[in-house]
Amino acid sequence: MASKKNRAAFIVCFAFAATLPLAAQITLTGAGATFPAPVYQKWFSEYQSVGHVQINYQPIGSGGGIRSVTEGTVDFGASDAPLTDAQLQAYKQKHGGHSVLLFPTVLGAAVPSYNLPGVSQTLNFTPEILAGIYLGKIVKWNAPEIARANPGVKLPADDVIVIHRSDGSGTTYCWTDYLSKISPEWKSKVGTNTSVDWPVGLGQKGNDGVAGLLKQQRGAIGYLELIYAVKNHLPYGKVKNASGEFVKADQRSVTAAAAVLKEIPADFRVSITNGTGAGVYPISTFTWLLVPSQWSDQSKKNAMASFLKWAITIGQSRVESLEYAPLPAGVVTKEQKQIAAIN
Amino acid sequence: MRRLLRGDQITYLITLAAAVSILMIVGLIVTELWQNSQPAVHAFGWRFLQTSKWDPNLGKFGALPFIYGTCVTSFLALLIAIPLGVSSAIFLAELAPPRFSSFLTFLIELLAAVPSVIYGLLGIFVLLPIIREYLVPALRHTLGFLPLFQGAFYGVSLLSAGIILAVMVVPFIISVSREVLLSVPVEQREAALALGATKWETTWQIVLPYASTGIAGSVFLALARALGETMAVTMVIGNTPAIAASLFSPGYSIAAVIANEFAEASGPLYVSSLVFLGLVLFGLTIVINALARIFVLLTSQKGVQS
Repeated sequence: MASKKNRAAFIVCFAFAATLPLAAQITLTGAGATFPAPVYQKWFSEYQSVGHVQINYQPIGSGGGIRSVTEGTVDFGASDAPLTDAQLQAYKQKHGGHSVLLFPTVLGAAVPSYNLPGVSQTLNFTPEILAGIYLGKIVKWNAPEIARANPGVKLPADDVIVIHRSDGSGTTYCWTDYLSKISPEWKSKVGTNTSVDWPVGLGQKGNDGVAGLLKQQRGAIGYLELIYAVKNHLPYGKVKNASGEFVKADQRSVTAAAAVLKEIPADFRVSITNGTGAGVYPISTFTWLLVPSQWSDQSKKNAMASFLKWAITIGQSRVESLEYAPLPAGVVTKEQKQIAAIN
Repeated sequence: MRRLLRGDQITYLITLAAAVSILMIVGLIVTELWQNSQPAVHAFGWRFLQTSKWDPNLGKFGALPFIYGTCVTSFLALLIAIPLGVSSAIFLAELAPPRFSSFLTFLIELLAAVPSVIYGLLGIFVLLPIIREYLVPALRHTLGFLPLFQGAFYGVSLLSAGIILAVMVVPFIISVSREVLLSVPVEQREAALALGATKWETTWQIVLPYASTGIAGSVFLALARALGETMAVTMVIGNTPAIAASLFSPGYSIAAVIANEFAEASGPLYVSSLVFLGLVLFGLTIVINALARIFVLLTSQKGVQS
């Protein structure tokens, strides 16, 4: 009997203690893209002490993020792919004509990684090579297209074994978006999406799956998220940009891809692949937060707006330690105006 | 007396509630799957099961390669796991010294608790190189005339998925079959031995037929696990929605494609096609289980007659 009483008392105390911090703090929930999740987690935990807002984020994937924000089950979403017109329309229909705003937060890139034991030099990839390989037209590593772009490299006669992501992913979106821009055949046959109907190749789940198969399959090529390749010291090639320069992906060349944009559309739905300009890495992309333009809870709205302001200014100085590429200054200025449009 | 009756009634109600809740969970799953797959059901109907194009960009979805991959890998897994598992169980239950047997059983039950992602990693980094270096050349050399063992091999394949699944389901078969064999009454064995049967004859003609229903049960458990296994399969199957005769070629399974694409799927038709696949897997599990049960029924009757 005594133990029962104790337990009841404990439960009451515990329940009471659990409600205290919640009552004192505003809580926001978000869900979506997995690629920026590490930097978002870092931001949210740091911002909790700055802005006294608790932000919970579930990395459930971009598609899930778009679905959740449209359904209204979260306060904000996140996506590695810009919303399509149809998705924007669907949101408006659900929310009485109010729209969802896209805020670029950081930049990412996809890099071609390969396993060629005899080759020590960093390989050069032209758009023709990448499209040819992924369309299944270039099937040998010593193909003339590859040899021409890599003078002085002794290429083996191995088969090219193509690896792609099997899970829907923002990296795939970026990769296929690039291929669609540089190859009309790719655009008409396959197109751009987080998952596509691949003409050739083996699918592997996640960056780790692609890297796992790459490591042990001689002659394999696959695309990886830049951060993953850097952190795991995987070799990856340079890619020829639209100005004809072979560029290796790093934070600077990825940020450059966004900085050279002459015109950023007002809704920030812009693809920055195949960019022109010095030092631009061509397979780069923004990742976005999806924030409703109309909020019923003003304290939540204020919390969201101040977080966004913090993220695109002070937050940007935190991204490089995690190997993400920060936003260029022009984009930040433009985003600050859009924050004012949240009501 | 009255108290006992009340106790019985309470037990009855509790167990009834448990049983009904299982029924309700199954019912809920089926209704949810059915409702959410409606857009795809209306768009494709039976064609969903007959076509093999899976193109999210064009909004064309067909389940055939996934059904094929699921069936082939599960079949292959059972083909390897049943003889391996049942013979191990016979050894452990009938032949091994009791202490050694219980130690080995403990290890085997540990195997059943290993998370499937670990099996997947083992598959990629340990099993694939072995298959590539030894098994595939050997198969090519001996059975290479069959279309099943032709074509290029890149490690990830239907064959690798089948083997990984076999490794994963074998502990279930061993563990359950051993228990079943041990529960065969000693009198049965003694009677056979008294009639002059050898140890082998006793096991094969008396103990195994007696335990066959239970062993079949272990196989159903294994089959269910094989059909629904996701993580380990997706890591070694190659995730390519294609139907190829060769076991060396990559494939795709239903559970794997759902796990891979559901999180990022956008658009109602895409999402509902994935849910429809879930419904198909549900149906497939029922059909295969029913077929397996009929098969067991037929063969076990034969066993009794002979």
